[in-house]
Amino acid sequence: MTARVLVGVKRVIDYAVKIRVKPDNTGVVTDGVKHSMNPFCEIAVEEAVRLKEKKLVQEVVAVSCGPQQVQETIRTALAMGADRGIHVEVSGKDYDSLGPLQVSKILAALAKKEEASLIILGKQAIDDDCNQTGQMTAALLDWPQGTFASELVIEGDKVKVVREIDGGLETIKLNMPVVVTADLRLNTPRYATLPNIMKAKKKKIANMKPGDLGVDMTSRVEVLRVDEPPQRQAGVKVESVEDLVSKLKEAGRI
Amino acid sequence: GGVSRLKMGKLRAKHPHISAEVCRTSVGLSDEQREFQKVAFDFAANEMAPHMAHWDQNEIFPVETMRKAAQLGFGGTCVHPDVGGSGLSRLDASVVFEALSTGCASTTAYMSIHNMCAWMIDTFGNNEQRGKYCPDLCSMEKFASYCLTEPGSGSDAASLLTSAKLQGDLYVLNGSKAFISGGGDTDVYVVMCRTGGKGPKGISCLVVEKGTPGLSFGKKEKKVGWNSQPTRAVIFEDCKVPVANRLGIEGQGFNIAMKGLNGGRINIASCSVGAAQACIQLTRDHMHVRKQFGEPLSNSQFLQFKLAEMATRLVASRLMVRQAALALQEDRPDAVPLCSMAKLFATDECFTICNQALQMHGGYGYLKDYAVQQFVRDIRVHQILEGKSIWQKMRPLQNQKFL
Repeated sequence: MTARVLVGVKRVIDYAVKIRVKPDNTGVVTDGVKHSMNPFCEIAVEEAVRLKEKKLVQEVVAVSCGPQQVQETIRTALAMGADRGIHVEVSGKDYDSLGPLQVSKILAALAKKEEASLIILGKQAIDDDCNQTGQMTAALLDWPQGTFASELVIEGDKVKVVREIDGGLETIKLNMPVVVTADLRLNTPRYATLPNIMKAKKKKIANMKPGDLGVDMTSRVEVLRVDEPPQRQAGVKVESVEDLVSKLKEAGRI
Repeated sequence: GGVSRLKMGKLRAKHPHISAEVCRTSVGLSDEQREFQKVAFDFAANEMAPHMAHWDQNEIFPVETMRKAAQLGFGGTCVHPDVGGSGLSRLDASVVFEALSTGCASTTAYMSIHNMCAWMIDTFGNNEQRGKYCPDLCSMEKFASYCLTEPGSGSDAASLLTSAKLQGDLYVLNGSKAFISGGGDTDVYVVMCRTGGKGPKGISCLVVEKGTPGLSFGKKEKKVGWNSQPTRAVIFEDCKVPVANRLGIEGQGFNIAMKGLNGGRINIASCSVGAAQACIQLTRDHMHVRKQFGEPLSNSQFLQFKLAEMATRLVASRLMVRQAALALQEDRPDAVPLCSMAKLFATDECFTICNQALQMHGGYGYLKDYAVQQFVRDIRVHQILEGKSIWQKMRPLQNQKFL
């Protein structure tokens, strides 16, 4: 049986919220805005908990990087069935510039420290849509990766992953330890039950800093400006195919 | 003053987002309560809201959805865990029902009645009764109805006539109950009936199971709202019920009924608050989208004032309800009047909010395609039922020189 699964969970602005750009264009408004666990991270937690229920893994550890508030997100993971949590404290400017590179360094360090043999992450976060953390983590650890997973099966010391790719579905077999990133159809996450929420209170969340893991938080990326998407312009109706072709040529599209 | 500053602040904002901070539903809650609330909100949004119109228009009692809710612990919120309940506090339960109500006020209101019955059996029943009924009620394998009101006794509940005459180890029930939520579709009936003399002290509480010979039901009532729960008369004709089904002792029934209603009132009021919350959000969204006179409605000073007033009523209602919940769970001496006051205040104020929300939707508010009219119809009855006149609660306090 695999000993330990590490699951990364990210606190993001709730998917239903209408995003507003800050007046100074440095980012989006987050104060007082509803946040929740990234939906793909929920799917990752659900998969890990199911593996535990099938007795294929012994322990599920939920990890989140950020300020005090991310503990809510870890608690949600605990309420869904994770055994314990790790809160890596990142705040202020470090949090503003936190991205996949730093997070993957943290996850890699934690995977070694916790002797995890499986890392499950959401395929991407709905705020930055990076789709990089899983891949970078695997590269840093020199582990194989199964990204965009719509199915995950543990077979002894190997993992079979069915991946959703542009052309259809690809099935690969990976030697553990592995990194898997969850896609939409991997599972439907459970609601936490009231009794499990109450049990989660007793589960432990360890606190640590990136420095404790020897991780350098310097960002190589600087956000210059954030703007709203351009207003949608009205279209133009054309009478015939010839009209369409000439209009497209005029606009320099063909 | 504070209120006018609020209105001025809204004037300056180009797109007022009044609900963001001021109506935040999780203010003052513990981390655990926020988690409960989150599950309830998610459940309401995913499992209830998409169906609430369908349930209303087709008069469907959504058994499967309620059972899903029960799996999460919503079937016996305040019932002890040893018989399958979630062991929540009154405030926890209020938060949960408020959140669920945003998905469907009618269904949530029924669930609160069901929860009240489960609590009554858990609290006043002996261990055999608790073990027999509570697990199935908490999982919603079985559903419950609360039977107090009769054709001749609504507000004057203590004058009820349904009789229960002792014959050996059986009570023989004769009489009828009116307006029973769930009646005919539910399995367990918590019935207040007369075993003794006149007045409250002659009333006992019996648990009657569906299928008992002599138990029948009237026609399904056609209602303005609460259409996702059937309402029927419950009729007893020489209906024989074992003495073992009596909760507590003879003469304790009225007390049990009233204690049940304290929590029931908080939860009904919570349903009203949830409905009002949902309507304010719907209205705010509509105001951003709907344009008249070349501008979105959200630029209208008049409508901004109206929304600010609605938000004020909502926050006040929520405070009353949560305060009452706290008082009840702490068993404070002012708990009972506070529950009555909270129910009176919140159901009235929240109906005003929902009604105003309908108005602000203009003609669209009158269409069944828009949810706001259903919230209005569903919570209108909250101002009527479970509504002991507040003066009945105030009278004992007058005697204690409270006023």
